[in-house]
Amino acid sequence: MTERKPRIVAFCCERHGMDAAVLSARSGRQYDASVRLVQVPCTGRVDGIHILQALEDGADAVFVFGCLEKNCYYDTGSIEGRKRVGYVKQMLSEVGIEKERVEMFNAASTNAWAFPEAVGKMVEVAKKLGPIGGGERQ
Amino acid sequence: MKAGSNLEKVFESGQFAVTAEIGPPQSANPGPLTHHAKMLKGYADAFNLTDNQTAVVRLSSIASAVIIMREGVEPVIQMTCRDRNRIALQSDLFGAAALGVKNVLCLTGDHHIFGNEKAAKGVFDLDSIVELQVFDALRTGGKQLGGELVKDPPKMYLGCAENPFATPYEWRATRLAKKAAAGADFCQTQAIFDMNMFEKWMDEVRSRGLDKKVHILAGVIPMKSAGAARYMKNKVPGMIVPNDIVDRMKNAKDAKEEGIKLCIEQIEVLKNMKGVHGVHIMAVAWEEMVPRIVKEAGLLPRPAIP
Amino acid sequence: MIVAKRKPLNEIAEMLAPYKKVTVVGCRSCVAICLAGGEKEVKMLVSALKLKAKKEGRKQHVEGFVVERQCEKECVAEVQGKILDSDVTLSMACSLGAQTIGDMYPKHLTFPGLNTGIFGVPEEQGVWSEKCVGCGNCIIHTTGGICPIARCAKSMLNGPCGGSANRKCEVNLEVDCAWAAIYDRLKLQNRLDLMEQLTPAKDWSTSHAGGRRTYVREDAKLTPHQKKGKEAVQ
Repeated sequence: MTERKPRIVAFCCERHGMDAAVLSARSGRQYDASVRLVQVPCTGRVDGIHILQALEDGADAVFVFGCLEKNCYYDTGSIEGRKRVGYVKQMLSEVGIEKERVEMFNAASTNAWAFPEAVGKMVEVAKKLGPIGGGERQ
Repeated sequence: MKAGSNLEKVFESGQFAVTAEIGPPQSANPGPLTHHAKMLKGYADAFNLTDNQTAVVRLSSIASAVIIMREGVEPVIQMTCRDRNRIALQSDLFGAAALGVKNVLCLTGDHHIFGNEKAAKGVFDLDSIVELQVFDALRTGGKQLGGELVKDPPKMYLGCAENPFATPYEWRATRLAKKAAAGADFCQTQAIFDMNMFEKWMDEVRSRGLDKKVHILAGVIPMKSAGAARYMKNKVPGMIVPNDIVDRMKNAKDAKEEGIKLCIEQIEVLKNMKGVHGVHIMAVAWEEMVPRIVKEAGLLPRPAIP
Repeated sequence: MIVAKRKPLNEIAEMLAPYKKVTVVGCRSCVAICLAGGEKEVKMLVSALKLKAKKEGRKQHVEGFVVERQCEKECVAEVQGKILDSDVTLSMACSLGAQTIGDMYPKHLTFPGLNTGIFGVPEEQGVWSEKCVGCGNCIIHTTGGICPIARCAKSMLNGPCGGSANRKCEVNLEVDCAWAAIYDRLKLQNRLDLMEQLTPAKDWSTSHAGGRRTYVREDAKLTPHQKKGKEAVQ
């Protein structure tokens, strides 16, 4: 029986987030997972419903990837992003779903290690926990 | 005479009065009350029976009063507004008077969040000042709050509490004035540790002539340890304990002895303070020290007025 | 306005567990403003419930809708079909909305998704504090504009009590002592004489203590003739 690859969704801000993601992509980095990027103007634009919807649509884990809090291009956007992620984690806990499936990461555009590190962490979570509701083979 | 209680007689005779507190037990066992009454008889002019203090369920104040009266000791019952509406307050006053109680302390009451029934519905139909007005109207004109005339109204000596150490400080003398106007005959203050601050309050009280309208009993608490001092300083809203007092307890070789010594020193100062007509000793969980404190503060024998 | 907050999700999930088809109905008025039961909150709740059902391998169909004001029958009627088509309706409005649905469809099950709440004022974004308890006889003109019934933990009329320390309430040190605030306000307005007066006992019969209250504007009510005419048009 072959398990499908973990499905990860990453909301990246179009500033430091995307820059860091692209920087690591240029190095030819491969992942043992299906990673889908969703570009947003700022991680402060990410709403709880976007994260929940991604999980509903089949993501095993979701992360939000934005500027370092002291260096957000839009000043306090990534702070908002963190708060939204925190709220979704709380909601997931309350319905018995592992809050580790959702995470917030911050990086500067020159941090080539940051995006792979984030993906790596979420892939580990996805492999450990499996798809929500278990045993989904597609 | 408002009620002819022993406490009232002591005040009217111009002598320095002493009251102490007996905390009723958290049970239906009258034993501890009888024990304390026997032990403390003769060491104070009247004894407060607290009313579910800090919202912890205890044997009721009125029942406790009857139990200690059997030992020939005079009670001061306390009635908070937290647990009773105007119907129960007036009803309990009738009952207390019928059972021979002559002194009542009118309090709003500690909020129930402090006690062991935090989910309770606090009543707070009245506050302590309205309670005083209601009881005063009953004893003077036999008139119930709702207007009905009462044939044999209760004769009571009315007391209030006041805290010179709660904010706004500049309001606290005026608050006593309100209580006096509402009918208070005597006032027991919160425990004093900052004597300077208390003096300032007394200054204002005297300048308004309140010491002539209300008999003030200054509150004192003998402390057992530096921990107790710190607890009262940091955890009890409305209590001010200066640092030098905490240090004194901390540096003492025998903290308990130091606590007693300090209490007696405070009483000596209060005995000589103009406008202070007595002392109220709140030996919380340490009632057995009251006889020694009263004796060593030179307050024995207590007057026996027929 | 009325401020409510969502019940813990595990409590809601437990309430809804036995039912296969759930309709969630939110409201665009008070509960949307206090971020408890508006469109966003309904969507997120629906999603969370679906994820939970997925995790537990349960089949539960959940759909969400929002009406303008759930306490008005006309608004609720707009989603009548969706309500009656479900096994249970979860109201994400304040209890007024939840009860309106319940009263309109008495045979149908309607459960509350929120805990109501307070008459609250936004102190800052995300924080609403209680300032009125609807006692039915407002006296704030005598207390410098600050309500002691709502804002004093003991609803005192002749406050403050002896537990006011650093101008904070003994019950919660983060809450201001209402009477210290009233004192400051009256001092500012040169009206401290109001506080020196003895305020007599409150007449609680105008409050909820006097029983469930109904407020009526006689001139706004429809006569039987007018009601008949209205029904004919509908």
